[in-house]
Amino acid sequence: MRTSKSARAAQYVALLAYLVFLAFPFLWLISTAFKPAKELGSLDPTWIPENPTLQNFRQAFDEQPLFQAGLNSLIVALSAALVAVVIATPMAYVMARHRNRLAKAATGWVVVSQAFPFVLIIIPLFLILKNLHLINALPGLILVYVVWSLPFALWMLVGYVRAVPAELEEAAAVDGAGKLRTFLSVVAPLLAPGVVATAMFAFITAWNEFFFALVLLKTPEKQTLPVILNRFIGTEGVADLGPLAAAAFLATIPSLVIFAIIQKRITGGMLAGAVKS
Amino acid sequence: MTLATATKSRRSAKKKPAQRVADHGAWFLVLPALIPILVLSVGPLLYGIALSFTDAQSGRTEPTQWIGLLNFQDLLHDTLFWDSFRIGLLWAVGVTVPQFFLALGLALLLNQNLRFRWLARALAIIPWAMPEVVVGIMWRLVYHPDAGVLNETLSSLGLGEGRDWLTGTATALFAVIVVGIWAGMPQTTVALLAGLQNTPRELHEAAAMDGAGAWRRFRTVTWPAIKPIALAISALNFIWNFNSFALVYVLTQGGPGGRTRLPMLFAYEEAFRYGQFGYAAAMGCVMVAVISVILAFYLVGRLKGGDE
Repeated sequence: MRTSKSARAAQYVALLAYLVFLAFPFLWLISTAFKPAKELGSLDPTWIPENPTLQNFRQAFDEQPLFQAGLNSLIVALSAALVAVVIATPMAYVMARHRNRLAKAATGWVVVSQAFPFVLIIIPLFLILKNLHLINALPGLILVYVVWSLPFALWMLVGYVRAVPAELEEAAAVDGAGKLRTFLSVVAPLLAPGVVATAMFAFITAWNEFFFALVLLKTPEKQTLPVILNRFIGTEGVADLGPLAAAAFLATIPSLVIFAIIQKRITGGMLAGAVKS
Repeated sequence: MTLATATKSRRSAKKKPAQRVADHGAWFLVLPALIPILVLSVGPLLYGIALSFTDAQSGRTEPTQWIGLLNFQDLLHDTLFWDSFRIGLLWAVGVTVPQFFLALGLALLLNQNLRFRWLARALAIIPWAMPEVVVGIMWRLVYHPDAGVLNETLSSLGLGEGRDWLTGTATALFAVIVVGIWAGMPQTTVALLAGLQNTPRELHEAAAMDGAGAWRRFRTVTWPAIKPIALAISALNFIWNFNSFALVYVLTQGGPGGRTRLPMLFAYEEAFRYGQFGYAAAMGCVMVAVISVILAFYLVGRLKGGDE
């Protein structure tokens, strides 16, 4: 199909407008992170810092336990992602290959779990975890994140399992392999890239999560990055924009890097889900 | 176990005995995920619903008692809650609808054979990867009355004096809605783009051959093809937005004077500041119920609309 020159030009202009809208807040964050205090106080802020500085980053580490928070976030996100894919992959396999009631119920849960406000879940979870002495403890938060990342993980993984030809498994079955064996030696290797992508997505989800962490972690030395970042606003108010921006920028880097790696697969997984429906 | 035996007996008729063991294998595959789901998701959900019929409070020594519908009766007369509910609906609609049209426009552009499309696609999904807290902080910096880029741009364009966007009663809700739209753009765009890429090309070409203009082609070919995805993603967005917490909590904490206090923020304060677990759980139940009703009407209406 041909598109006229003027229409093409209009499309580029529109695309540019979108990119400006989507990118400018992030650019402003970076700009603020590198501005010295004097420029931040000026009433005439500029896009490019006149005297860029790393002072904000040092100050951010001095003011809040960022290093500890980063470590907590890393422990929580890695464990949650790992456990989530280890338990979700077999289940996704069953959901994709079997059309029994269990598979249907699981699919139903994936959908329904999206609709419930977290407040209805968090109060009972809080009480349960309190009885287990897992409040203000990273294992408690990890448990919550595992379950919380399961719906999307299952949804992605079911798509990837469907992409593995069932004929391969039938061939393995003819050769006398049981279901478990078929899964481990035939399906699992083919699924590996999808599983890795799912784990990375679960990592990002846990790394970024705020609400559960806010409720379940009480003391600063246990808290994860998002909660510590929020404390920054609360305690320092509007005065310390530079360190706040620097810390926020640092906290985003891991998510952005991982997201860049799996970007294609996420969109691909969504595509698979869409085709299915 | 009844489920397993049912499948087993259905299959064992035509398959070898070795298959029996294999069906236990299927259970073995499901259990590791099923147990956490039951214990930490389905269980708490039912527990939460049960709590809404009790006077459960945090840190109380007397045992919790069933109080029937008392929480719901109180809620009915709690004008603060219904104010918050109204704000929640305004916010959810105010974010979901513009976001859908903006994302549709972007998806249509990204589906064109434009140069730098890969770059645009990569940039367009950046907000997806960011922690919500960082998104909130970022926009606080944008909206900042003195050091923010928004007031600076407005004043240099001669568009009047700067305002304090997030703390002004007139602008706060609007300001957080813009952030909500921004933050959810990637998911919606990606979903719609996935739908567009499944639209049969031949149909488009045939329609163009018959002399159909761009708008007509969109109405007759593109829209019917992406309609299921469009419905699904806008329904999901509506639910997610209505239940959202972190973004607005970081931006305004529900202020000024409750102007941006979404129902989740209200329930959070009720539960974890005032310790009213039972009452907050009742709020959660009401939120689910109302959202389900609205969605049912929306989906039924839309699906019927397609049959005409």
